[in-house]
Amino acid sequence: MSATLGTSSVPLGTSNPITRNKSRNSPWIYVFLTAVAVLWLIPLVWTLYTSLRPNAATTRLGYFSVGGGVTFSNFSTAWNSGFAGYLLNSALITVPAVIITLFLASCVAFAVSRFAWKFNVSLLILFTAGNLLPPQILATPIYQLFKNIPLPLTVSDSGSLLNTYYGVIVMNVAFQVGFCTFVLSNYMKALPDELGEAARVDGASVWRQYRSIIMPLCRPALGALATLEVIWIYNDFFWALLLVQTGSRLPITTAINNLKGEFVNNYNLIAAGAMITVIPTLIIYFVLQRQFVAGLTLGASKG
Amino acid sequence: MTVDQAVRPETITAPRERRPTRKRLKTLSTTDKVVLGMMVGIPTLIEACLIWLPSLASIGLSFGRWDGIGSPTNITSAGISNYTYIFTNYPSFWPAVLHNLIWLVFLAVIATPLGVLLAVLLDRKIRFTRIYQSIFFLPVMLSLALIGIIWQLIYSSDNGLIDSLLGIAGKPQSIDFFGDKSINLWAALVAQTWRHAGYVMILYLAGLKGVDLSLKEAAALDGATAWQTFTRIVFPVMKPINTVVIVITIIEALRSFDLVYIINGGTNGLELLSALVVRNLQGEGQDLGVGSAIATVLLVLSLVPIIIYLSRTFRKDRTE
Amino acid sequence: MPENRSSLFGAQVDRRSVLRYAGASGIAVASASILAACTGNFSGGGSATGSKTTTFGSNYSDPAPKAAFASVVAAFQKQSGDKIKLNTVSHNDFQNNINNYLQGSPDAVFTWFSGFRMKSYAKSGLTLPLDDVWTKIGGNFSDSIAKASTAADGKKYLVPWVTYPWAIFYSKSLFAEKGYEVPVKWTDFTTLAAQMKKDGLIPIAFADKDLWPACGTFDYLNMRINGYKFHVDLMAHKESWNQAKVKDVFDHWNEILPYHQTGSLGRIWQDAANAIGAKKAGMMVVGSDQIGAQLTGAQYDDLDFFAFPEINPDFGQTAVEAPIDGFMLSKKGANDKIATAFLEFLGTAKAQQTYLGVNKADIATAKNADTSGYTPLQKKAQTFIGAATDLSQFLDRDSLPAFAADVMEPALQSFISSGKFDMASVESQAKQKYQGV
Repeated sequence: MSATLGTSSVPLGTSNPITRNKSRNSPWIYVFLTAVAVLWLIPLVWTLYTSLRPNAATTRLGYFSVGGGVTFSNFSTAWNSGFAGYLLNSALITVPAVIITLFLASCVAFAVSRFAWKFNVSLLILFTAGNLLPPQILATPIYQLFKNIPLPLTVSDSGSLLNTYYGVIVMNVAFQVGFCTFVLSNYMKALPDELGEAARVDGASVWRQYRSIIMPLCRPALGALATLEVIWIYNDFFWALLLVQTGSRLPITTAINNLKGEFVNNYNLIAAGAMITVIPTLIIYFVLQRQFVAGLTLGASKG
Repeated sequence: MTVDQAVRPETITAPRERRPTRKRLKTLSTTDKVVLGMMVGIPTLIEACLIWLPSLASIGLSFGRWDGIGSPTNITSAGISNYTYIFTNYPSFWPAVLHNLIWLVFLAVIATPLGVLLAVLLDRKIRFTRIYQSIFFLPVMLSLALIGIIWQLIYSSDNGLIDSLLGIAGKPQSIDFFGDKSINLWAALVAQTWRHAGYVMILYLAGLKGVDLSLKEAAALDGATAWQTFTRIVFPVMKPINTVVIVITIIEALRSFDLVYIINGGTNGLELLSALVVRNLQGEGQDLGVGSAIATVLLVLSLVPIIIYLSRTFRKDRTE
Repeated sequence: MPENRSSLFGAQVDRRSVLRYAGASGIAVASASILAACTGNFSGGGSATGSKTTTFGSNYSDPAPKAAFASVVAAFQKQSGDKIKLNTVSHNDFQNNINNYLQGSPDAVFTWFSGFRMKSYAKSGLTLPLDDVWTKIGGNFSDSIAKASTAADGKKYLVPWVTYPWAIFYSKSLFAEKGYEVPVKWTDFTTLAAQMKKDGLIPIAFADKDLWPACGTFDYLNMRINGYKFHVDLMAHKESWNQAKVKDVFDHWNEILPYHQTGSLGRIWQDAANAIGAKKAGMMVVGSDQIGAQLTGAQYDDLDFFAFPEINPDFGQTAVEAPIDGFMLSKKGANDKIATAFLEFLGTAKAQQTYLGVNKADIATAKNADTSGYTPLQKKAQTFIGAATDLSQFLDRDSLPAFAADVMEPALQSFISSGKFDMASVESQAKQKYQGV
């Protein structure tokens, strides 16, 4: 995938003087783009609007109405009914999963891109293909496997990998390592070989080459991938659904499945819960948008 | 600069032929070999144990009967009866295949081209292009599960935005977009398009930025229209990105589980293969043999695009 | 160059900001691991070992029963000094997850149902027999309740809790205002429904998004047309689904289907119940446990019900659908003395009265319960169930769970939307599901 790797290395911000001529664009393009943009914003704006209105007002006036005041009480109600805990659960799953994924992926990428192996390509195919499978295919065997892996009760109250954060972390890692390996190996291949040569002449061990030479050079790619993986793992719905049984232990993306059951008929609360779930991604979006997009286009293979 | 060079930027980023200088394993010390072995071995073990062996186990389970309770010794052989059951008797199976197919066609014919169109328009040095990009890209940050919740607020028959706009919310003639079997698939697809188009846009835009501008200029000087420039010049040189976009479209169509699950558990017009797998695995009515047979069908269907994609991607490397 | 990654948004990725970001995430990891190390309980949750605490998994997630359970738990804690950790999961999710829950990390005591559903978990070995508990609480229950708590091996696995009737619920004041009379025969019922439609009402409030509510209508039609015995045999798949008697059920249902609230497959039962409360709908086939908890205040006081109308005079209206809710003891959860003591407490009239003091939707199963505090609706429910000659549980409690969930519930949904019930397909699926049972 060196092609997609490279496309993002063209400085996109620079513009060409010829196509810079904006007057050539028909106004209809703007009409079209603006119309689509407005349509695109409606769902989130509507959710935000609904979440800020008191239930009493929407019950009286209907949801499609103005007036009745603005309130943050829906947010505090949702927050106090478990969302604080769900967010913490998400952090406890996402942070370790991203770190482990990047570490493992960089190890494999380093080995396959900096050394000549017989099975280089087969290995990469194995990793990348694993990333593309629908996870439901593995659900039954994974569940049964985790049920039968014993853990001491001090670590897991189920006595197995079920109903623990570990189980969810491990599955997220297994699913994401493939993509990161793929991106990082392409990235590392593009690093000049002389770097390794020089280190080898100095007698640096394999680990030192990885730790002190290659990894520092990969920081931009790691930063981009980390952003992307935080979002993806935060957004993972399925593994916690399958592996976690205790409601209070669910990460937020899976817990929103219970929103409709818990806040029956109260769309204001549902909207507030949805907004709480969106907020972390929106923060990342506005602060680290560039890294996210860079990570996405860097690999462009993600399914 | 040739067309080839313009879109294969490895010629830009790393023009050197690196292979000959790459370190061969033989020359490494024992410690280094062990370290390297672990660096590859541990992740490979994880991948094999948690992805590939379970996939094979699913195939194995599809030939057995088991309610999932107790140890795997309770499995009894079922021959191919699970397959005959899903193919001939299970009323949700063929609708699920059809829905997966519709999902794919819809994404391929509506959502993906919309994303490409947005990318092409935004590539024309539009004013406020960054604002437009940010807006179109926003839903890509959201989980499909959350998208299901958000669109419920739009689609609900009693309080939803659309029915309210039409003035029929809560009335007998109101439209229940997620509940009505004849339209909920399309309603879900619209919600999925909201995300998918932005995803395709960003990938395609990245590709378009890499296309040599002189090509477009040359075409424009020859009097080609924008459409002709796109179809004859840009689209062909975008081949690698096109492959990526096609594969992503197929994979997304196979992976739309989260959305239908959050809407209604994948029932009542929203049956998908992935949802049927899960329905047979959870609940009190566990039938792991049947669930695994469906999983195996899904595995086979997924491997087709994956293999096509990987063989295209890695062909070059292999012949290196 | 690789280190010059740039983004679509026109700006180069600043190397320093990436570093700063990487540093920040490093700190985040460190703090997470410290957090985990400090609490020593990275997997979350509390283990019951060694402490004077037991856990209780509840599916009573709707506000009224949830509050009622909190008061029961409080009463037990006050009486015994032990602690109960209450783990409430939404009703549908609890059932969906039950197999995984019981094999994963179940609570010691959990809410469950009688019928086939209790028996299949007794047989699976995932729950424990409660004969010891029953030696203490046995005197509180009638023989029929005791029988409903007994599994195939003759041991008791359930501590019965509350019960409630399914019936046709309506608003008293709406009936009075419009001059409607309670129908007894099938034709009275269809005439009334037609009249309601003419009056601009939704004749039959209906919701089946959750898949199970429609089963109630099926059960009653089948019991009224074919009798209780046939119904039980059909549930056990001793009778075929592909026969004229079953067709008769759906022919009758088709007669009233046009009077059902439209869009039912996208509606949750709570919304249908609200239509009764708001007097927008005339009648609803539902359990008092559901509608009685959903409607509160004046709407609750206005609520009344009548028996599902007679269709075949041979069977009259003597069979009543009255599910019994109860508790089981999980094998994997902590089986300690407190769990047993809690179960013994739950099996008393006193505990049930505490619950029913808050939740007015159900009635006690204990025969010695003090019913003087019952609302008129509860009193009527008690008489109604007491007068029945046969009690059914509910389709998903009387039949094989795999059949109810995977075959029957989707088939009913498809009937509701198309008016067609594919008997041959249901029968051949039933054969697959019941094989080896």
